[in-house]
Amino acid sequence: MSLSTLKSRAFRRRILPGFGLSLGFTLAYLGLIVLIPLSAAFIRSSGMSWEEFGAAVASPRVLASYKLSFGVSLLAASVNAFFGFILAWVLVRYTFPGRGVIDALVDLPFALPTAVAGIALTAIYAGNGWVGQWLEPAWAAGVRHLGERMPGIDWAGWLGTKLAFDRAGVFIALTFIGLPFVVRTVQPVIAELQPELEEAAATLGANRWQTMTRVILPELMPALITGFALAFARALGEYGSVVFIAGNQPMHSEITPLLIITKLEQYDYRGATAIACVMLVASFVLLLLINLLQKWSRRYHQV
Amino acid sequence: MAGPTTTSLAVKSAQAAGPRTIRNPWWVRVAFMTIAFAFVAFFLVLPLAAVFGEALRKGVGAFFLAFADPDALSAIKLTLTTAAIAVPANLVFGVAASWCIAKFDFRGKSILTTLIDLPFAVSPVISGLIYVLVFGAQGWYGQYLNAEAPWFPALQAWLIAQDFKIIFAVPGIVLATIFVTFPFVARELIPLMQAQGSDEEYAALTLGANGWQTFWYVTLPNIKWGLFYGVILCNARAMGEFGAVSVVSGHIRGETNTMPLHVEILYNEYNFVAAFAVSSLLALLALVTLVLKSFIEWQHTRSRSLKASES
Repeated sequence: MSLSTLKSRAFRRRILPGFGLSLGFTLAYLGLIVLIPLSAAFIRSSGMSWEEFGAAVASPRVLASYKLSFGVSLLAASVNAFFGFILAWVLVRYTFPGRGVIDALVDLPFALPTAVAGIALTAIYAGNGWVGQWLEPAWAAGVRHLGERMPGIDWAGWLGTKLAFDRAGVFIALTFIGLPFVVRTVQPVIAELQPELEEAAATLGANRWQTMTRVILPELMPALITGFALAFARALGEYGSVVFIAGNQPMHSEITPLLIITKLEQYDYRGATAIACVMLVASFVLLLLINLLQKWSRRYHQV
Repeated sequence: MAGPTTTSLAVKSAQAAGPRTIRNPWWVRVAFMTIAFAFVAFFLVLPLAAVFGEALRKGVGAFFLAFADPDALSAIKLTLTTAAIAVPANLVFGVAASWCIAKFDFRGKSILTTLIDLPFAVSPVISGLIYVLVFGAQGWYGQYLNAEAPWFPALQAWLIAQDFKIIFAVPGIVLATIFVTFPFVARELIPLMQAQGSDEEYAALTLGANGWQTFWYVTLPNIKWGLFYGVILCNARAMGEFGAVSVVSGHIRGETNTMPLHVEILYNEYNFVAAFAVSSLLALLALVTLVLKSFIEWQHTRSRSLKASES
């Protein structure tokens, strides 16, 4: 640490006014709006016995919703990682008319209210919808075909036979809302890739495929994984866009956040709170993981 | 969780890269662009088009009829009211938080920064639920109202006399909205103010300005674009929030329905044209948000390159 930064640290505290006021206000507001209400979930569920808590968070219907929420969120985040990388690459490396418009449009899932997204996606992918009228028969035929080829697995039960109002609908909605995360985390890293790396690989005799897989992809990996984790975390908690398109059949296409709402509507506050605690712990673990990933990614790019 | 909802301005302006010397073979380029365009078309363009297409399916008359409904008007009013309270509240918080985090060193700063991002990690449904647990009839607030020997009996008597409800009423909707939009302004301003440093503030103080003058005339002009950026994103989320508000609202028609909740009710009643008509207003809001966001990014990049060319 140089002398000047030492000096300015010592000065900072004394010279600039408003430290006490701004920190006090920040802590009070944070406590009242975020920390006290969040702690309520844990305090209220601590009043439950272990048996009661276990029964609430591990009943077959709740377990089925975890499987669906975690499974489809993982799938949607993976699909976003693949397509998001390609989209980010195209937006950074290629010039074409309308690039700015597409770049701005990538943030649509952040800006469009989730309820609107939900009914719009349903209008497109439902059996009588804009795209669904062609795509749904193809999907159903594909699932039937899989069932005939590999009869050991209950394909229709796993994948569903419809696009909207079925599991595929959950996937469509979660892919939509997770779309910007991978693009926005990978895009700046692609923009800062040094052309020398690729040139060096080329002079050393690598072909383009080798350069892509051995030089560029490893360089992008931390950002790609971070974007994946962000999309996954968002998908896990998503509610608005999913409920319109999922069909919401218990044990089949019912996501965990919807189950919390269902319990609340039945005035089962303890059950809802218990499930919320499980989801909160999962979110906090993910948050921690994402923070570590971002630290790793920043260090990775400094070296 | 840095970066979950938006790329910050600082990151955005760093990326202004042109085509490189080495390019992929033409067929790879064509394949990449086809995949990218198809993805954008199916997941971004079509949903947007569907909102307006379905809203106008039965003509302009049916479209405008949706807004003749007094429930629709009260939903619009409630949405505007909620945003008008939630956005300024989080704006003041964002400025205060970024001032103490960016301008001072203290212990626990990184924990504080993480805690500010917490609401983004929480599912909207749970964001609503925790307020029900605190303020609902079964919650702490309800227990207080029913308590036999409460703290501050006068306050309890007053609250009961006023019939002051929080959950299934407007205050709950505002609180849940403040929670879900909590980090937007702060997370935009903290990195911006950290990058700018405090030299200009020191200069102002040396020249005799007091604290408020320094803030108004030096800090605020420096952060105004970042502030605006945070505010429009905060506003878009505040007006569009569905899950959290749905839990605390109680869905009383004409009273506690915001626009997204009104869309849900219309849709579940198979009144599709009206549902999409109200949705089209929200989609328009989203489009305006995206345009303003791009404008600020462009403005920011330009002013940075101007500064770079001056020095």
